[in-house]
Amino acid sequence: MSETATLKIWRGQTPDTGRYETYEVPFEHGQSVLDGLRWIRTHHDPSLAIRFSCINANACKECMIELDGKTIYACTARLQPTEMTLTPLSNKTLVRDLVTEIAPPPERFKSP
Amino acid sequence: MTVEPVRTETDVLIIGSGAAGMYAAIEAANTGARVLLADRSLIGRGGATVMAQMTVAVALGAETPDDWQHHYKDTLTAGRGLSNPALARLLCKEGPDCIRAMDEWGVGWARKDGHITQAMAPGHDRPRCVYVDFLNTGPAVSKTLRTKVNKTAGIHKAGDLQIVDLLKRDGKIVGAAALHLGTGKPVIISAKATIIATGGLTRLYRRNSASSNMGGDGYALALRAGASLVDMEFVQFFPIGHLAPRLIGMDPIMWDPFRYKLGGKLLNSNMEEFTQNYGVNEQGKYIITRDAASYAILKEVEAGRGTPHGGAYLSFQHVPEAALREAFGPVIDRLADNGIDLTKMPVEVAPIAHYHMGGIAVDADMQAGLPGLFAAGEAVGGANGANRLSGNAITEAFVFGRRAGRSAAALVKRTETNAAPADNERALIEMIGAPAPQRVLNTAAMVEKLQATMQNDVGALRDDAKLKRALATIDSMTADLGDVPQGDGQGFDMRRIDWLDLRNMLLVAKAVTLAALARTETRGAQHREDYPETSQDWACNQVIDWRGGDLAVTRKAVPTATDVAA
Ligand SMILES: Cc1cc2nc3c(=O)[nH]c(=O)nc-3n(C[C@H](O)[C@H](O)[C@H](O)COP(=O)(O)OP(=O)(O)OC[C@H]3O[C@@H](n4cnc5c(N)ncnc54)[C@H](O)[C@@H]3O)c2cc1C
Ligand code: FES
Repeated sequence: MSETATLKIWRGQTPDTGRYETYEVPFEHGQSVLDGLRWIRTHHDPSLAIRFSCINANACKECMIELDGKTIYACTARLQPTEMTLTPLSNKTLVRDLVTEIAPPPERFKSP
Repeated sequence: MTVEPVRTETDVLIIGSGAAGMYAAIEAANTGARVLLADRSLIGRGGATVMAQMTVAVALGAETPDDWQHHYKDTLTAGRGLSNPALARLLCKEGPDCIRAMDEWGVGWARKDGHITQAMAPGHDRPRCVYVDFLNTGPAVSKTLRTKVNKTAGIHKAGDLQIVDLLKRDGKIVGAAALHLGTGKPVIISAKATIIATGGLTRLYRRNSASSNMGGDGYALALRAGASLVDMEFVQFFPIGHLAPRLIGMDPIMWDPFRYKLGGKLLNSNMEEFTQNYGVNEQGKYIITRDAASYAILKEVEAGRGTPHGGAYLSFQHVPEAALREAFGPVIDRLADNGIDLTKMPVEVAPIAHYHMGGIAVDADMQAGLPGLFAAGEAVGGANGANRLSGNAITEAFVFGRRAGRSAAALVKRTETNAAPADNERALIEMIGAPAPQRVLNTAAMVEKLQATMQNDVGALRDDAKLKRALATIDSMTADLGDVPQGDGQGFDMRRIDWLDLRNMLLVAKAVTLAALARTETRGAQHREDYPETSQDWACNQVIDWRGGDLAVTRKAVPTATDVAA
């Protein structure tokens, strides 16, 4: 049998109403956690919220989340054929699922 | 229930904060205009600029004597007769100014013996390409401009603001409607001048060097507002995009500088060099042009001599380890982290969509044919004709950004404030803030389906049957997508974002496909297998407009240097 990664992902729109959802993702050596998250979006649930732009280059620095409690870039952390727990950044304001408010305040849209 | 938007106003709205958008913002603000610099992503991080790794072409004459006219000549040659001479001239002539300004602002162009280093790149007649080591050009450019933007008074920044459509009143562009990603709210931005600096469209392809923001939004915005696009058939494929083994933390175009510095061998699955069978004998040097290399690799794959993942091998096994390390320093360790040891193994590479020559038709002041609308950077079509020289894209982003910022600020001075609502405002607010529809689509899978279609049927090798098949797929997907956005319309709603992306991507994909189908010849980046020759009859541009609910393609003579103000 081919190997799978088990991604246990925090989902929700407010910190108190969230829950974990678990997805099995086919594991291929060398892939990133972001590869796994993108696979879930196309194969199970396109509503899974995750922020990313550059996918490979590790240039945009938008994909920061927590993996087993530690801050990582989803695009450079390797997918592992085990259970991995993914949560939004705990020190930032939650937007939805794995997305938090990461922009420095002067770069956020403010209505006048 | 009517949806209420958030409203804001500015003098100059700039859509997109890559090199073009940031340069435009600095220039417009320095000319006295109030600027809103909006991006669907973080400021200065979402597009191609921050990802660029290599070089910037400019006739500085720091390495060897040079003049913008030589650069101009090379640019026109690469463009295969289709470049807009006024735009190409502007790029080459004003490039040195912008590169020096960037130097003053602290970008850190690589230097040797007290001067800026200029490297040789294919298609240039002399060493002309500046860079920041190691593979750091884009991040350095982006950081320098972000810092400069932060220091310039009068620029407001707004990330997470996805611009959905331009606002129009009495035929003039008067701002834009957006989705604020953080809250899901519609936003109405009133502006006296609007600059589209949204970059290119390479996310339309499955194999690409794109970020997720490069689905061609700006082209779709321009089309729907009534502006024209030009040269949409010319998508540049980068021949040796990384294919396998999975490489993370580096962009797939990273092999090019290795080839500049060390040559490297392209091999088929029999471990034989093959470019000589397609007319280019490399002999360990990097001399093959992008279009010739793409063609040769795809033909080897077609003939059954492709690598396991469907490309060619690129090998540096003949290069001593010390030479690799000297040329690439820390990059060698990043490769090792990915299990790649270049002294022991080749990697697999294949053509990937990389840059778009086509885009919004503008004049030399970056005016896009509708009052109040400007464009800059990769969003603009015409300067590079049917093919782009390496290094010209970042120069184009600087120079066109600067020009657009200046022109927009000048327009602001002549424009009265007018608070009347735009003609299309209500409809856009209702669409952006629509409640969740009954019908649920897998929008993420639809994006992948479109990318596969474009890759297979509108890629580097085209023919009539493939292009017609692509059109049919695009039309049926467009019908499927419908008029009501997916998702619940709340904060960071990925399905609404995908839906809005698909609305643009399908329109732009159709524009590329129609233009490719109409052009029954091979020229530059367009390779028609059923029309392998370049035809004198096709020494013209094609312009695309949105007319009566569909796209119309028309031929237009290439502007001559005298029709256009310089
Ligand atoms: C990996 C890579 C390497 C490259 N290397 C080189 C090189 O070495 N030399 C060279 O000359 N060229 C290179 N290029 C090409 C060059 O980087 C680009 O053409 C150039 O940076 C484009 O700049 P830009 O400002 O026009 O667009 P971008 O830098 O792409 O910026 C566009 C911005 O618009 C935003 N945006 C898009 N749509 C919307 C919307 N609807 N609403 C709000 N914001 C939006 C995006 O988020 C993005 O931030 C490379 C390209 C890539 C992808
Ligand atoms: S996706 Fe850009 S840094 Fe991770």
